Amino acid sequence: MTATEWPLFEVFIRSKQGLDHKHCGSLHAVDAGMALRMARDVYTRRQEGVSIWVVPSNAITASDPDSKDEMFDPAADKIYRHPTFYKLPDEVDHM
Amino acid sequence: MAECSVNLPCPKEPMIQTIHHVEYLLRLADSPLVLGQRLAEWCGQGPVLEEDLALTNVALDLIGQARLLLSHAGRVEGAGRDEDAFAFRRDSGEFRNFTMLELPNAGPDAGGAADADYAVAIVRNFLFSIYQVLQWQALANSADAELAAIAMKSVKESRYHAHHAAEWLIRLGDGTEDSHARTERALAGLWPYTAEFFAADALDCALAKARIGVDPSSLEASWRANVEEVLAEATLAAPAATRFRSTGRFGIHSEHLGFVLAEMQYLQRAYPGGQW
Repeated sequence: MTATEWPLFEVFIRSKQGLDHKHCGSLHAVDAGMALRMARDVYTRRQEGVSIWVVPSNAITASDPDSKDEMFDPAADKIYRHPTFYKLPDEVDHM
Repeated sequence: MAECSVNLPCPKEPMIQTIHHVEYLLRLADSPLVLGQRLAEWCGQGPVLEEDLALTNVALDLIGQARLLLSHAGRVEGAGRDEDAFAFRRDSGEFRNFTMLELPNAGPDAGGAADADYAVAIVRNFLFSIYQVLQWQALANSADAELAAIAMKSVKESRYHAHHAAEWLIRLGDGTEDSHARTERALAGLWPYTAEFFAADALDCALAKARIGVDPSSLEASWRANVEEVLAEATLAAPAATRFRSTGRFGIHSEHLGFVLAEMQYLQRAYPGGQW
């Protein structure tokens, strides 16, 4: 980042339907307040959201794509971790 | 200026005729229409992508307000004119927008070929949107139910426009030496045109008495207080009042409106009634 470039923010929007804020993109702004307003203008023009979070991109610690194999592959063949082998009582409709 | 009859005494028992009601609605509609068109010229030219979208959002809000008001004017008039007839088939003398809003994006004193100036965009949006918020708040109680509904919808948009412009005004005014100087210059150039915001004539007065409209002069004190609060934070001062009075709202415009309309109306003038 050059000295004249504004810091990057990640934008999360909650839609009318969901309770979760979903990551929808990023933008440059000088501070969080401006980022929030800009997120409104850039990402909610077509009624996408009812709530916005902005987070400085450098506040996010991300997993390393190169360690994807050791991080996530070990879970792939452990089907017994999914609750699919239990007999559910009939009263429990939706699991 | 015999035609505009500013500050005539108000009639005691005003009889509001359709022609007056329509005229008043056009005075409300044409300002957002013309500023919307001027802001649309910024499309693709904004200083950064996010601001480009912000300005065109404001433009679309303003054009939306104008559409509602022009459609309503057409229904009140009952002569078969729709929003397009008002927007695209009237000449400049029939437009009722504030003169400030038709000035070029480079500012009132710049030549025609000068570059658009973001300080002008911000200062103009700021001065006008603060006015619009007060106007919509007052009109939310209009005896004209349709106008009241439009006002209630529009006040939310104008509040956002005022926030957006005020935030930038503070950053630019209280920013670098250069940004302060440019903002100050834009403010000095545009300020004399704000006197027109509050000039009432007998028609405004009659509509206000009939509880349809609002007397613009009643908005001045609040407008000034709101504006000065933000200017102070932006380390700017309100310029001194001048004797200059613009009269676009009474149909007498600067030379700039013709150019705005030439572009805005081109298609309907070239292909009358064209639809797509």
